[in-house]
Amino acid sequence: MKRRVLLAATGLLGMSLMGPVAVQAQDNKVFRFVPHANLAVLDPIWTTAYVTRNHAYMIYDTLFSEDAQGNIKPQMVDTYTNSPDRKTWTFKLRNGLEFHDGKPVTSEDVVASLKRWASRDAMGGILNTFIDRYETPDANTFRLILKEPSGIVIDALGKASSNVPFIMPARIAATPGAEQIKEHIGSGPFIFKADEFKPGALAVYTRNAKYKSRTEAPNGMAGGRPVNFDRVEWVIIRDPQTQFNALKAGEVDMVEQPSFEQYETLKKTEGVKVEDFAPAGLQFIMRFNHLHKPFDNPKIRQAAMVAMGQQAYINTQIGVPELGKLCRSIFPCGTIYADENTGYFTGIANPAKAREMLKEAGYDNTPVLLMRPTDLASIAKIPLVAKQQLEAAGFKVDMQQMDWASLVARRAKKDAPAAGGWNAFLTAWTAGDISNPLAMAMLNAKGEAGWFGWQNEPRIETLKASFARAATTEEKKKLASQIQAVAMETATHAPLGQYRSPTAVRSNVSGMIQTPGIPVMWSVKKN
Amino acid sequence: MFQFVLRRLLAVLPVLLVVSLVVFLILRLAPGDPAAVIAGNSATNDEINRIREQLGLDRSILSQYLIWIGRVFQGDLGYSYYLSKPVTELIGQRIEPTLALAVGTLLLAMAVAIPLGTIAAWRMGGWLDKILSGFSVAGFSVPVFVIGYLLIYLFAIRLEWLPVQGYKALMGPKAASLWDWMRQLILPWMTLAMIYVALIARVTRASVSEALTEDYIRTARAKGLTERVVLLRHALSNAAVPIVTVIGIGVALLIGGVVVTETVYAIPGLGMLTVDAVLNRDFPVIQGLVLLFSCAYVFINLLVDLSYLFLDPRIRY
Repeated sequence: MKRRVLLAATGLLGMSLMGPVAVQAQDNKVFRFVPHANLAVLDPIWTTAYVTRNHAYMIYDTLFSEDAQGNIKPQMVDTYTNSPDRKTWTFKLRNGLEFHDGKPVTSEDVVASLKRWASRDAMGGILNTFIDRYETPDANTFRLILKEPSGIVIDALGKASSNVPFIMPARIAATPGAEQIKEHIGSGPFIFKADEFKPGALAVYTRNAKYKSRTEAPNGMAGGRPVNFDRVEWVIIRDPQTQFNALKAGEVDMVEQPSFEQYETLKKTEGVKVEDFAPAGLQFIMRFNHLHKPFDNPKIRQAAMVAMGQQAYINTQIGVPELGKLCRSIFPCGTIYADENTGYFTGIANPAKAREMLKEAGYDNTPVLLMRPTDLASIAKIPLVAKQQLEAAGFKVDMQQMDWASLVARRAKKDAPAAGGWNAFLTAWTAGDISNPLAMAMLNAKGEAGWFGWQNEPRIETLKASFARAATTEEKKKLASQIQAVAMETATHAPLGQYRSPTAVRSNVSGMIQTPGIPVMWSVKKN
Repeated sequence: MFQFVLRRLLAVLPVLLVVSLVVFLILRLAPGDPAAVIAGNSATNDEINRIREQLGLDRSILSQYLIWIGRVFQGDLGYSYYLSKPVTELIGQRIEPTLALAVGTLLLAMAVAIPLGTIAAWRMGGWLDKILSGFSVAGFSVPVFVIGYLLIYLFAIRLEWLPVQGYKALMGPKAASLWDWMRQLILPWMTLAMIYVALIARVTRASVSEALTEDYIRTARAKGLTERVVLLRHALSNAAVPIVTVIGIGVALLIGGVVVTETVYAIPGLGMLTVDAVLNRDFPVIQGLVLLFSCAYVFINLLVDLSYLFLDPRIRY
């Protein structure tokens, strides 16, 4: 009897001491967010990692921002003008902008930040080729003096995805682009707490009480940035099951990218809801190596595109029909330059036709060395589908398994596949990175100086140069369609389907903004 | 004994040198290039080459090794390619959670396993012995992450007694209270201890049961000593050497076990640091960690060897 009483008392004591854990997360002024990856690098110019870009949006501000409709709107900029000869752009900053260290944001800071960004970013690099010089007539005004008119000035300054032209103090922006910055001071809505940062575990941000938000309502990345939390914590949890458990238990408020396997369960879980803040989503692609047999032959690349289709990739990797969609365009459907006029490429696998095309192209059974990253769960299944689809059309495929770090090292090798090179790999891009021909890596067709796969196609480069000079959106759309036509004809890469990756939040979270894949913490609140 | 310790400590140096060289070579010769990982998805070959140059990876392997080992002798393990922090600082940040997890697990495992194994040996063939045998099989067979998820489901999700994940440091400027610190670790300790309870209990049972058949036990019983004294003072103390040996091996195995446990419970320890470093080919961090783990192995082995002196007076060094 005594033993039972003792056990019961111990149990009750234990329960009272431990208490319900969910209470911890009920503080409406603290928001706990689980990012899709470990935040290791804090410099958004040094790396293109999305998690670093998202961190940077917390603490830095941008000159322009993209609204939910894809229009570029002023953000830090108050007004801007372009001279009649379209060669002098004058920008005036909003009054009262201030960095987290209390110093005002000046035109000198802007110019230093833009120079560093342009040294790393592809689109910034293109913009740089147009710029003759920068001028800073006063602390609030800066000018871009161009050598010749360009149509990409605002597009580049309002670029939403990596690398984003974030504005930082000139002394920090003076760090060469190839070196990481040591201080993380911006003028954005949150302040980074460097003293609480534990790489691999926790990043902490507090509200920037002096942030000067725009007065317009939040719209995409543009408009006002009202902050409803005193503190935001990024909690690094890698294991998807632990992410799910932590969300269910109320220890965290939002999981950026729950696994697709949990999608149906999440929808049915009490206290949790699924939200979609990035409707344009991501696109799977397969990149061909244009240097080596068999994909040095455009006809064989075309046959591969016809063989592969899109549906099987979505079914296998995503597994949730409502989250995937077929999109033939190389620019993601739903974005400004999307164009489903893709000729022979229908996005539907047609092994019989591919077999014929392969025969006509004179395929000699050279094996396709296909690289598969086994450790990257988000794309690990799609090479298996590609192998099956290619083999069904008559290709001989040698799929080699490796981790992502080995894959990125190997894809940089120009050697023949038998000597350590490769023929094809698959990856996924967020819509923001591939919605503009100047930013899309696969359209870098400068041969051996270009992107992995090293396509040498002067027509694409010429069209891109015209695109960069085009003045109107209509003109740009027309050029983007022409670029796509050449990309299809030469089979730069194969678009393998578009998909959304919804987020999971506690039911009391509201106010999430639709963005090009960037989870922003302003406007969000907990009821 | 002093000479033995000195000899063993001096022998560590060549061991560490060989380990450092082997690890250095394996990393350089294995597939994967930190520069390519750092450069990101949109990079070109020129950008990768520039980063390789900055990291010094364009130099010969021998020259890279000499530079690194020279710094190691000055106490500098290098700089993480990714985190832009000294490796020693990173290890310093991560060592507390791993030590807390490992030491707590071992203490818990010993506290449970040694009495269980001793009683099972004393009542061999009885119900406790059978339960222990079943538990040992389960403890060895069920993967750590399965145990972890089951415990989380029961204690964190259903009963809401303990947190699902995380770690609050016991030291440092924002130190948690002892109780808050323990609450975060109870489930990880239980998860990881399971396999060690099975291991240590089995060895204790076997060792004690063998000791119980010895003549000195019969003599002790004939002298009229109580079973408690016979078990603890005569059987268990004579069975201690293999138990301590297996605990020493267990510590070595713990390094692998903490990786999974740290992942399931989102504990930012050395295990997670190792996994990240390997996936990103963060060479200086991997090299630093391997050196640290090697030192830990050597030190633990030395402690185990020294403990024999106290446990078995017949042993002399």
